[in-house]
Amino acid sequence: MPTLDLIGVSKNYGNIQALTDISLHVENKEYVCILGPSGCGKSTLIRCVAGINKPDSGGILIDGESVEQIPIEDRRIGYVFQDIALFPHMSVRDNISYGLAVRHAESTEITTVTNEMLDLINMRDRSKAYPRELSGGAQQKLAVGRAIATGSHLFLLDEPLGALDAIVRAELRYELRKLASDLGLTVIHVTHDQEEALSIADTVIVMKSGRIVEVGKPSEIYASPKNLFTANFVGETNLLEGKLLETDGSQCTVDIKGHRFKVSGFGKKVGQRVIVSIRPEYILLTPPTVVGWNGEIKQVTFLGNLNRYVVEVEGGLEMIAEVSTAEYSTGFRVGESVMVSFDDVHMLLFDYPAEGLEKEISLE
Amino acid sequence: MGFPARFLLILERFSAKTGVTKGVYSIAIIFFILIVITPAIAGIVVQLFSLPSLALSPDIAKRMEAAVQWSFVIGLVVSTLDVLGGIPLAWLIVRGRGQWTTILDSLADIPFIVPTVALGFSILEFWSSPVGISQLFGSTSIVSPGVILIMLLHFAFSFPVIVRVMVGEFLNYRESYEVAARTLGASPLTAVRTVTIPILRPGILAAFLLALARSLSETGATIVVAGAFENGTVFINNARVSGLTSAVVIASLIMIVSSLAVFGLIKIITPRIRILPLKVWPNLERKLSKPPVVATRNAITLIAFLVFVLLPCLFLAFPAIQAAAGGTAIEAFAGVGPWKAFWSSMFLSYVIATLATIVNIVSGLPVAILIARKKFGTRMAKVVDALVDLPIIVPSLALGVSLNFFWRTMGTLPEFVVILLAHITITYSYFVRTMAASIQGIAPELEDAAKTLGAQPLRVFRKITLPLTKYSLLSGAILVFTRSVDETGATSAVAVNLKTAPILLVSWIRGTVAVTPAERALGVGFLVATSFLALVILRLIATRASAKKVA
Amino acid sequence: MPRVNFVSVTKKFGKVVALDGVSFAVSDGQYLCVLGPTGSGKTTLLKLLAGLLKPDEGTIYFDGKPVNNVEAQDRNAAYVPQQYSLFPHLTVIQNVAFGPLAKGKPASIALEAASAALDLVRLSWRAQALPNELSGGMQQRVALARGLASGAGLLLLDEPLGALDARLRLDLRHKLRDLVKQSGFTAIHVTHDQDEAMSVGDEIMILRNGKLQDYGPQRRVYRKPASIFVANMIGGASFLEGIVDTTVGETALINLRGGLTIQAPSKNLTLTAPVILALRKERIRISRDRLEMDNVFKGEIRGVRFLGNSKEYLIRISNGDIIASRQFAESEDDVFKVGQEVLVGFLESDALVFDYPAEGLRKELEVV
Repeated sequence: MPTLDLIGVSKNYGNIQALTDISLHVENKEYVCILGPSGCGKSTLIRCVAGINKPDSGGILIDGESVEQIPIEDRRIGYVFQDIALFPHMSVRDNISYGLAVRHAESTEITTVTNEMLDLINMRDRSKAYPRELSGGAQQKLAVGRAIATGSHLFLLDEPLGALDAIVRAELRYELRKLASDLGLTVIHVTHDQEEALSIADTVIVMKSGRIVEVGKPSEIYASPKNLFTANFVGETNLLEGKLLETDGSQCTVDIKGHRFKVSGFGKKVGQRVIVSIRPEYILLTPPTVVGWNGEIKQVTFLGNLNRYVVEVEGGLEMIAEVSTAEYSTGFRVGESVMVSFDDVHMLLFDYPAEGLEKEISLE
Repeated sequence: MGFPARFLLILERFSAKTGVTKGVYSIAIIFFILIVITPAIAGIVVQLFSLPSLALSPDIAKRMEAAVQWSFVIGLVVSTLDVLGGIPLAWLIVRGRGQWTTILDSLADIPFIVPTVALGFSILEFWSSPVGISQLFGSTSIVSPGVILIMLLHFAFSFPVIVRVMVGEFLNYRESYEVAARTLGASPLTAVRTVTIPILRPGILAAFLLALARSLSETGATIVVAGAFENGTVFINNARVSGLTSAVVIASLIMIVSSLAVFGLIKIITPRIRILPLKVWPNLERKLSKPPVVATRNAITLIAFLVFVLLPCLFLAFPAIQAAAGGTAIEAFAGVGPWKAFWSSMFLSYVIATLATIVNIVSGLPVAILIARKKFGTRMAKVVDALVDLPIIVPSLALGVSLNFFWRTMGTLPEFVVILLAHITITYSYFVRTMAASIQGIAPELEDAAKTLGAQPLRVFRKITLPLTKYSLLSGAILVFTRSVDETGATSAVAVNLKTAPILLVSWIRGTVAVTPAERALGVGFLVATSFLALVILRLIATRASAKKVA
Repeated sequence: MPRVNFVSVTKKFGKVVALDGVSFAVSDGQYLCVLGPTGSGKTTLLKLLAGLLKPDEGTIYFDGKPVNNVEAQDRNAAYVPQQYSLFPHLTVIQNVAFGPLAKGKPASIALEAASAALDLVRLSWRAQALPNELSGGMQQRVALARGLASGAGLLLLDEPLGALDARLRLDLRHKLRDLVKQSGFTAIHVTHDQDEAMSVGDEIMILRNGKLQDYGPQRRVYRKPASIFVANMIGGASFLEGIVDTTVGETALINLRGGLTIQAPSKNLTLTAPVILALRKERIRISRDRLEMDNVFKGEIRGVRFLGNSKEYLIRISNGDIIASRQFAESEDDVFKVGQEVLVGFLESDALVFDYPAEGLRKELEVV
């Protein structure tokens, strides 16, 4: 029943702090996605769990027991590498049976398990092929199958779909998730792709610059992120600067370019600078009215299932709005005037970041 | 715009004309065929045809047969030992932690820097003379000149080749293969044995073949340490000195054909050897992966390196410095007695080395590009690639015999020119190989992008290809230069009156020219010192050139 | 006259046909996006345009003049490769100034052009840096600036955002489009990412195994895709198998498995022909009780996928077929759960009908 615990794990390379004080808990059979930009430390984190890197401080526990003294080969963790790392000199079959062969399993067991795996990933008819003859997607599946064949129940996936075309990624991720469910695996899946994480994870852990920034269910961190970085990272959003006018402790009135909005927010002070986050899909565009917040459509992009509008409102503020094409209106054109309105329910309030907005949400 | 800049622009536009670049490559190929390949092959062919008129007495035939066989036995044994000893050392250099690994890296290169004749002398002194290691064992000579000493010599000078190649392989190796094996449950030893080594097989094979080629080729130093024993090259040399032309011709022919056959066979068969199903002994390999075992292995590797490679190579410093301290140096600088011939030989060697390097760079660069970028198509690139290897595979003494035939038949060329041509032929491959590999390492996308931005071929070469391969150009040049200074095999076959420095020293060490032990030691010492100096100067030139901004 | 005209171009590598009789034209200032899976021939297409490869058949015209025999350096088409595009040994400004200098312009002019391009991509402050000191996103901007500074007029972008993180791609793709449009260059941008293709181009071209599948403005290609493959590549859809039963005026009745019937436009349909129905996910409505649409079925929610700004529901209708419905920006009353019984519906006009593919549906949808 593998559960995983990291307690205060830190790792640095010379001057670079790759991981700072990482603590997390993964339940048995939980599918966790660690989401973050390149360089945030997510790969370093799972390499520490696997034993490939040694943390400078902190503890790693599998099923409650420290694994510090246990070498890589004895940790019984399935690992899928970012560069796939299939053994080029071995056939598909030999790649899959490697894990069993090195543990000196019985040859009958090796054959049975290998055949099971080949069936699982639908590659029975290609068992004699070599990795270089396979497509990207097939190679990916083989890498996963090879790791599963060892019988481990704790899995670490480092950008497992990274090398694939967008459309193949979008299909394969569900297959991967189903496989994990069917086999009852505990999985930590590292990715930089927010849609991937949101669509398959039970829990999402957001990382930035070596630290954990937020943890939560996909719908939670998308709808109610607790900090600006998360709000901006897990999906597009409009970040509008404003000033807090009133507050009664939980409900606040915010002024943005002369327009007032009611947003819920705790622990805010009157007069402080704030950022209001509203996602493009929650901006309502309607024909202009006298009292409304009016603006002009600057750009229209047809995205198939929706139209993306860049609207410039009075005060020079630009906003991005997305409207589903399922609405049977014909959509707006460049130059048209519209009125912009928001549903307070979907507005989020954040303190203005001390180091400036750009730095706070920076992805590089 | 200044004159040089305008001139370059004109050259660039000129290079854009279709046919100009093709012309440059064609000229380089023609040069290669005419000057390098044809003499080598034609010489062999001429020898072949003169075969029926050649006769050998039965004893000589027997001697020859034994000698040639010994060459291959020695070569194969030594190369295997080199691989077994070189891989752990290369591993240590690449994977070891700490500053000392860089020191080790430089130390492993030392046998490269010491010319092989000097190496032969050093090894002779170390193992065979009363002043060497024999002292410790209370004898005058624990290894006398003969087959064992030859093996010790060949082991020492092929060792850095293996280490260099393997270090390169390990550095380019994607660690994730091995780590993947570990995560699947393999102990470090199992992972290396079942994954890393098989994947690096081509590199290991290449290193092995290189060591084999060197062993089969080496002449000067081998003669020095052979004593009464005869391997192929010693036999040919003895036969030549005794005037047994038929023996020389037949033996060199056999060496050439056998070398080509052996190399061809190994190259074709080894990749096809199927890797057998995994046999693993988990518990045993686990135990062998533990730190104490690893430490022992490292210790043994280092000790072996020290005793069999480093110390024997450096040993010549003792007698050389002794000789320098004791007055011989003054005579040397005054050019008294044998020193007159010595200095003119040194001068000859370095002049030839410089000329050979320049010619090889100019003529070899286009060929390297042709191979790396498949300028005339893939098939042509493969053919040229294989041909370029020819002068390395064929033992240099045997090659020299062929060259001698060819150039003598072509007419009366001055001996200097013939020696130069022989050096060009022998060293050609080193430059082309190094440059081709380096150019291949540059992403073609860089050149593509440059072209589409408007750069004519010459500009792409000047601004993109050349700056990125500067280091390899220097390495290639150094390789050619040192190989030329080293060269004894082909030179001994073509030189009659002129003596290059290593050839001269061979006669000094063997005593065919009478010199005192001090003079001998000092002469060798000078050769080593000048080699080292030349290398340092070349390195300095390179670093200064790279310090200048790339405009 | 079109800026670029590609006429029946074929390119082979040994036995492999990388491009097979591809024809298209791009007008001046247009931004064309070429979408296709890995191995579909996109990079070959760009390299042919750049002059790095020569066509085996067909002709390429720039401004009406054939350029088949014009060398790459003389074509004025700047190629920005997917990887390793920046010269690692030159600084940012040296990289960007490379083009004008290579074409023989004096250093002062080249520097001017380079500075202007760097300003455009907002990286003037990093002019002296070396490429390896920059992040991936910055490197791509420098590569773009270099292309713009070259004065080429035609920009060939090979997966320009490929090496970047997903979230960064989302931001940069719009900026990339703005920059290119601002510069007035004609651009051909190649990608495997359909969202990117829809966002950046004026027009979109779909390649598969070296053959042109569809070409036109996004709206048209999306609403009326030329084939099932195109429908799947752009936007995705649910695919149902059926047979044409009857036609009544402009409406056709198509029989699905298990006795269900669908109303679809009857244009170009033959009776008793086997067909495939493609249904765009956002065109499918789900309701608990009532739906007033041309086609309504009872079904059960079999799967729910959260995608951030939308949710995807997989509904199994009574004949066992699965229909996907994408609900955008849900409100509280729209939330459905697995196992729930619902009604699914769509309009007749939203049913896209295709002939049954010769090699079978599975092969047709394979993205390889």
